[in-house]
Amino acid sequence: MTATDTSLRLHTGRRTTVLRLGRASMRLDLRSIAVCAVLAAFGLVLLIVSVATGDFPIPIPDVVTTLLGQGTSKTNLIVLEWRLPRALMALVLGGALGASGAIFQSLTRNPLGSPDIIGFNTGAYSGALVVIILFGGSYVAVAGGALAGGLVTALVVYALAFKRGMQGFRMIIVGIAVSAMLASFNTWMILRADLEVAMAAAVWGAGSLGGISWAQAVPALVICAILGVLALLGDFSGKQLELGDDAASALGTRTQSVRLAQTVIGVALTATVTAAAGPIGFVALAAPQLVKRLTRVSGTGLIPAALMGAALLAASDWVAQHALPGITLPVGAVTVSLGGAYFIWLLIAEARK
Amino acid sequence: MDTLLPEAPVRDLVDDFAAAAPASEREPRLVARGVTLGYDNRVVVEDLSVEIPEGAVTVIVGPNACGKSTLLRALSRLLKPGRGQVFLDGRSIHAYPAKEVARRLGLLPQTSIAPDGITVADLVARGRHPHQRIWQQWSAEDERIVLEAMAATRVLDLSSRHVDELSGGQRQRVWVAMALAQQTPLLLLDEPTTYLDIAHQIDLLELCRELNRSHGQTMVAVLHDLNHACRYADHIIAMKDGAIVAQGAPNDVVTAELVEDVFDMPCLIINDPVSQTPLIVPKGRSWR
Repeated sequence: MTATDTSLRLHTGRRTTVLRLGRASMRLDLRSIAVCAVLAAFGLVLLIVSVATGDFPIPIPDVVTTLLGQGTSKTNLIVLEWRLPRALMALVLGGALGASGAIFQSLTRNPLGSPDIIGFNTGAYSGALVVIILFGGSYVAVAGGALAGGLVTALVVYALAFKRGMQGFRMIIVGIAVSAMLASFNTWMILRADLEVAMAAAVWGAGSLGGISWAQAVPALVICAILGVLALLGDFSGKQLELGDDAASALGTRTQSVRLAQTVIGVALTATVTAAAGPIGFVALAAPQLVKRLTRVSGTGLIPAALMGAALLAASDWVAQHALPGITLPVGAVTVSLGGAYFIWLLIAEARK
Repeated sequence: MDTLLPEAPVRDLVDDFAAAAPASEREPRLVARGVTLGYDNRVVVEDLSVEIPEGAVTVIVGPNACGKSTLLRALSRLLKPGRGQVFLDGRSIHAYPAKEVARRLGLLPQTSIAPDGITVADLVARGRHPHQRIWQQWSAEDERIVLEAMAATRVLDLSSRHVDELSGGQRQRVWVAMALAQQTPLLLLDEPTTYLDIAHQIDLLELCRELNRSHGQTMVAVLHDLNHACRYADHIIAMKDGAIVAQGAPNDVVTAELVEDVFDMPCLIINDPVSQTPLIVPKGRSWR
């Protein structure tokens, strides 16, 4: 790592450092890195704390030794088998939601352009409902239904909003409309179903990380890892779209293909989360905006948003499990409450401007 | 500042030609042949051919909706012709990879959006995108060229300011700096002086001419103001109803008949005492 010649230094108004390794190079924003480091540390602490707490509390040092592979058979069972999948999933799925929110908000250039507002969540719920009610689905079938529902909804929104290319604002308006129709369809499905099936569907629909074991966690983790890499690759061209289509094309970006690729990656991220844990609202909406207030960079940063999403969902899941003694809430209920608080805060912050 | 010229081979090419022939006689690099342009099913330009003179400032003028911006969009690859082809260096512009075009041809679009909260230096740095790769996002050369582009457009002092807090004139200079950082031998500008006051319009046009004279960059601009076009163009292209009516040096082609024909506006042409170019004085109905 070498610093650049200070006599010929570009002053961007932000503290940056340039990383150079052979021919590879990258400009890094120090404030963003600090924010990311704090969020990552917070996420790690949350992971350890949530693995430690529960009906059988385990001292933090024992948790750490167990995680490092030095545990007893008892702590191994509780920490590694029972609690770790859920805690890890909270972080990874939260990260996926944050990244997906960042992608859509960047694509639509609008803080409301998140997958839960533009209907992909609701569509995934519809897909899952159809499977639960018609086929009485297993976990895999429900996950498949959710995935299909999310993708089909995205396709419909994309097709309806497409007119001589794709415009972000059209996508939001069409998405909200499609989302509203799907929400009524979902209600109708639940009303028509038998009571027990309807209950099961409603529980799934609240969004929960309960009952996740390694068998469900591993496929989701692998998919999220692959999508994460694709999202990072796509971000290099994707962030050019923030300049407007004409300027982005003039700078050598194939705007329509980049936008399509980014949409597919963003939808796949959301759909994976919904398939694994049900529709979890507000994380994708809030994470990119919250972290932006901390990093104060322009645009929506993918990695900071993902880390913020991870911290938000992990914290929400801990609250859902342990905040009210004896009562376990679905994590979706907590994130929705957080989302309400976020909107109030946003309104106050905007009103003060 | 000569380092702002394109990569060495192209630069040598430009120098060789410069030695051999005056700017206007060099082989044109950007050519449209028989292009038909339009949106959806509405044809705006039909069967138009044009060659952009190399190393010169070309200005396209014409009344509203005559197809001048449409032509510029086609020349910059933003619009694919329904029929005909646009050639860049002898090859169809659509046959190149997108980034390759962006290394040869820059465009200042009519509407650009600065991501909110972006600083001047960061925005100008975006102009380096066609020269960067995912693992190579900020070379020492990138930094040097961005600084040079900002010096050439006199925005270095603004470098850490937020783009949204600049005046219209400053902002437009920043966008030009971004296009310069792209280091393209060709630069197209779509109505770059719209929304600027008269002093900033002149300032921007002077800047374009300076850049053309010092870097040999070929420029093509769409302008509304005929007098500005006459002053700053080496080559003027007058369009009407999607066709080229006249083209050439302003002193040769701009006549009262041409202006009346193209803009449907009776006028008097006098000699601009400062630039020795045609100056159009509209007659209007009130003074006839």
